[in-house]
Amino acid sequence: MSDERPKGPWEGGPDSTFAREIAAGDEALDRPHPTGPGGRRTIWPRIDLRAIGRGLVVPVLAIFTALVIGAFIIVLSDPAFWQELATDPLGAIATGIGNVFAAYGALITGSLGSPTEIVQAIGSGDSKAITMAFQPISETLLSATPLIFAGLAVALGFRAGLFNIGVEGQLYLGAIFAVYAGFAITGLPWFIHLPLAILAGMLGGAIWAFVPGFLKARTGAHEVIVTIMMNYISYQVVMLVLKTPGFQRPGRDDPISQNVLPSATLPPLIPDLRVHVGFFLALIAAAVVSWLLFRSTKGYEFRAVGLNPGAAKYAGMNIGRTTILAMVASGALAGLAGGVEMLGTQGNLTPGFSPGYGFDAIALALLGGSRPLGVVAAAILFGALRAGSTPMQAATGTPVDLVVVIQALVIMFVAAPALVRAIYRIKVGRTTGTEVFSKGWGA
Amino acid sequence: MTAAAATAATTAGRVVTRERVLGVGYIVIAILMVVFLGGGIAGEESKFGLNVGPRPVIPLPDLVVPAQLTVYLLAGICAFAGVVQLLRAGVRWWAVLLGIVAVCLVAAFLTWAAAGRSMSLVGLMSQTLQRSVPIAFGAFSGLLCERSGVVNIAIEGMLLCGAFAAAVAASIAGNVWVGIAAAIVVGGFLGLLLAVLAIRYFVDQIIAGTVINIGAAGLTAFLSSKVLVALPDLNNPPRFLPDKIPGLGDIPIVGPILFTNSLFVYAMFVLILVIHLALFYTRYGLRVRAVGEHPIAAETVGIDVVRTRYINVVLGGMMAGFGGAYFTLGSTGSFDKGMTAGKGFIGLAAMIFGGWTPIGAFFASLIFGFADALQNRLSILNVGIPSEVLLMVPYIVTIAVVAGLVGRVRMPAADGKPFRRE
Repeated sequence: MSDERPKGPWEGGPDSTFAREIAAGDEALDRPHPTGPGGRRTIWPRIDLRAIGRGLVVPVLAIFTALVIGAFIIVLSDPAFWQELATDPLGAIATGIGNVFAAYGALITGSLGSPTEIVQAIGSGDSKAITMAFQPISETLLSATPLIFAGLAVALGFRAGLFNIGVEGQLYLGAIFAVYAGFAITGLPWFIHLPLAILAGMLGGAIWAFVPGFLKARTGAHEVIVTIMMNYISYQVVMLVLKTPGFQRPGRDDPISQNVLPSATLPPLIPDLRVHVGFFLALIAAAVVSWLLFRSTKGYEFRAVGLNPGAAKYAGMNIGRTTILAMVASGALAGLAGGVEMLGTQGNLTPGFSPGYGFDAIALALLGGSRPLGVVAAAILFGALRAGSTPMQAATGTPVDLVVVIQALVIMFVAAPALVRAIYRIKVGRTTGTEVFSKGWGA
Repeated sequence: MTAAAATAATTAGRVVTRERVLGVGYIVIAILMVVFLGGGIAGEESKFGLNVGPRPVIPLPDLVVPAQLTVYLLAGICAFAGVVQLLRAGVRWWAVLLGIVAVCLVAAFLTWAAAGRSMSLVGLMSQTLQRSVPIAFGAFSGLLCERSGVVNIAIEGMLLCGAFAAAVAASIAGNVWVGIAAAIVVGGFLGLLLAVLAIRYFVDQIIAGTVINIGAAGLTAFLSSKVLVALPDLNNPPRFLPDKIPGLGDIPIVGPILFTNSLFVYAMFVLILVIHLALFYTRYGLRVRAVGEHPIAAETVGIDVVRTRYINVVLGGMMAGFGGAYFTLGSTGSFDKGMTAGKGFIGLAAMIFGGWTPIGAFFASLIFGFADALQNRLSILNVGIPSEVLLMVPYIVTIAVVAGLVGRVRMPAADGKPFRRE
């Protein structure tokens, strides 16, 4: 007689009501569940074009609506518009619409490049011109790189029922650790030094995320408050570290770290363009998270605890340990976002290096339906918004913060699909409300 | 030590162990006080100023104490509290002992910081009260919403928008009251948005709040870059100056702290009373609490759950908007991106600490306000602690409070749960 206990469904044992409940839960969350036809588990969601089309309606309309509202904000916030409105209302509206197209046009050419320029460059055959023409796309992918990591971090937390708003802080800690490993360790060949620095970044984020995970598991303190407080603390930690001799660049008074050594630098993908190997690492991370969530025992536990902690506990899972582990995994991904940003893009640490990647990540995870592939797609979209916003500000004087407003609107519409359906009068098939996070303060 | 404590926990019961751990902790704190605070200040004196302002009606002498002796004395009290806690493990007044130790620790720290210098004690207290204003308003906002069963994590965004609206409206009108009104309206509008998302569209309340927070940060930053930079006249509002209440304001110590303040502090005092009476002594309050505790039962006896929640969330938004006006009209006098710096979240922690009651939330806000005022004073005094570490203090206190108290205070039973009519 075997003294092993019977295997649960999440360990490859026989299927149960509980397993079906989790599959139903995935479906209820408007996400294709990973069990393909015939019950075969696949890494990627099964390819069902109609289902994908249905799933895209709300995100696409959400982005469209957000852009329309953004257009109103551009027009209405322009003092010149109000002055002109009094004298020449039609002209004012025409100018306003012109301004919107100018701003969004600059946003698009700043993130994708201009098609005519690309065609001309390829036609001319001049390698330098081709590089220049593709530069906006390179910038988009560059911005998308930390966003993919950060979005995966939030998505992983979502799946485990954790709302990790602390990605921003974990990203800063990851950056501190990665930069330190990148300049303080000398004399190593790149194939040891670079992985070491990346791992250091993961460690930094994981340590920072362990605190809220532990406190949630042990005391019930809600992770939202704790992670936000940890964010504020992390800003001070960065300032403190950057003033410390040995970390601060010698001979400088402003807060800036020493430069990452070449042996720990992520090389560019294409010479002369800024997009670097980190982008590939991000895609690999997405595949790993997909495997972790949908193919591994731990991932099943994460999702079970996220959907129904009571049932998960009844099934013998350790809620506290799963919560801590999910938080640490989420933090490690966030740390990677900061680490890769340091080792690939920035090369040194400065206080404001993140323009709010950690907060964009929340929008990404929601927009991508907490699915790794969805997060990657959403991150490239947001990367384009980020990359295009700076040229937009330069060309039309529209502040980059517009992108933040658009992102908040996207989250709102994606989180309230009923709102989008109401605006566009789309018939509702079946709606299931979900309540995952707001269970009070965890008491 | 921890392993032994853990074993004891299973045998002797958790409560007794926790009391023992506390007792040992107090003695450790006492030792740390002697070593770190009492060590380097031999022979110095700490001077605490008790007057504020140029010409007090009744001047008081400064309070001067021998620094090292005072620290040792306070450490002795801590150690004594620890011994009492250890010997009488499980006593019911552990909270009193904890309070005594906390006060001794803070007093010893102040004595250490003021050793060989002069620190205005009354000024510190007065600043504590002022800095607790936005936190208290945030806590009131949170408790109004949560008593009716809606989690409001959007307080931060509401404060920020209130601050922005107050600055712009007061600048345009040249009148502080218009600024206050605008802040209340904008706050109420955000409250309505939260209510519609949470109640009508069943959006997860935490996500709905986060949307408002991110949107508020983005919109105010956008408008301040695009409009306020181009038209600086829109960001130059008149301010509420401290008004001394005649007579009461001249009382030593109490006068400068309580009765020489701006409108916001007086409004805070009034609101504590109003909210307390409204929640616990009126029919409206009883209904709100019923909706927050057991909405289905409330609906059965004829209370309109949805309407009650809408009203409370909008009121909560208006409260946070009012509190936001403090930043621009009561404090700095102009709007800055992200100037609320997490006060809304600290307000939430104060609400939890205060057990979802206005009086409790006010005293909790005072603690956070004190942490804030203290870091400000210490960075001016230049006591040798990096300013970055001091700036972390309010946030660390918040984490400690949330972690230490959640689960020990009882929240409204239906908090955060959407209500669906069957």
